[in-house]
Amino acid sequence: MGTATVGVVNSHGNVNGVLTIDSAIVQAIVAHARRDHPDEACGVVAGPIGSDVPARHIPMDNAARSMTFYEFDSMEHLRVWREMDDRDEEPVVIYHSHTATEAFPSRTDISFAGEPNAHYLLVSTREPDSEEIRSFRIVDGVVTEEEVNIVDATVKA
Amino acid sequence: MAIEVRVPTILRSYTGGAKIVEGAGDTLTALIDDLDAKHGGLKGRLITPEGNLHRFVNIYVNDEDVRFLGALDAKLNDGDSITILPAVAGGALGFAAAAALLGV
Repeated sequence: MGTATVGVVNSHGNVNGVLTIDSAIVQAIVAHARRDHPDEACGVVAGPIGSDVPARHIPMDNAARSMTFYEFDSMEHLRVWREMDDRDEEPVVIYHSHTATEAFPSRTDISFAGEPNAHYLLVSTREPDSEEIRSFRIVDGVVTEEEVNIVDATVKA
Repeated sequence: MAIEVRVPTILRSYTGGAKIVEGAGDTLTALIDDLDAKHGGLKGRLITPEGNLHRFVNIYVNDEDVRFLGALDAKLNDGDSITILPAVAGGALGFAAAAALLGV
């Protein structure tokens, strides 16, 4: 009888079509989205380059302070991207909320999406007591939805 | 005159995958023309057909957003470091409205 070799089971990186993310980070993102509601909230989850593991939650200011638009403040953007560079991290997840519509990328989201390696996570806060959380790849204007796999205690938020 | 330019992932198809390239020029316009001569097509991703800085990118000279330094007229010096980042923006607002708002 043959024995299958089991691969590394504690790694959840580089799985096609799945965003695996710690529940504590998801809770922090949802809390940020709720706090800023009815304005859109936005931010990043950084992780080691190439790991595909979102490990460090960085809430960003929505410089537009709008219910229907978000934009990183350009100086905060530079500072956070440099910090990631210094730490050998990359933006694994870029998230924002839609506060009156579904958690699906708008044409505006697609037009601006400039990080082809990132998971674009959208949270809808239109329902007061539940959130819709969905994740997408957006590359060259093409949107591909992926599964969101929420796991416990891989990192501290 | 050598100016270091940090290129984001999405534009590295123009630089043969290079993350950092060198260019020359005493204004941002001159630098972008120089970069475009070496990395054809790059200019079209940074400047609109009307000749303005594209709303989809942020360009920084050292620690300053070039929009605060005269945009394409920003003066550059030898040893400056330029960082290009794709703007992170979006939202539920319809594209036409967003474009009008931002002057895309």
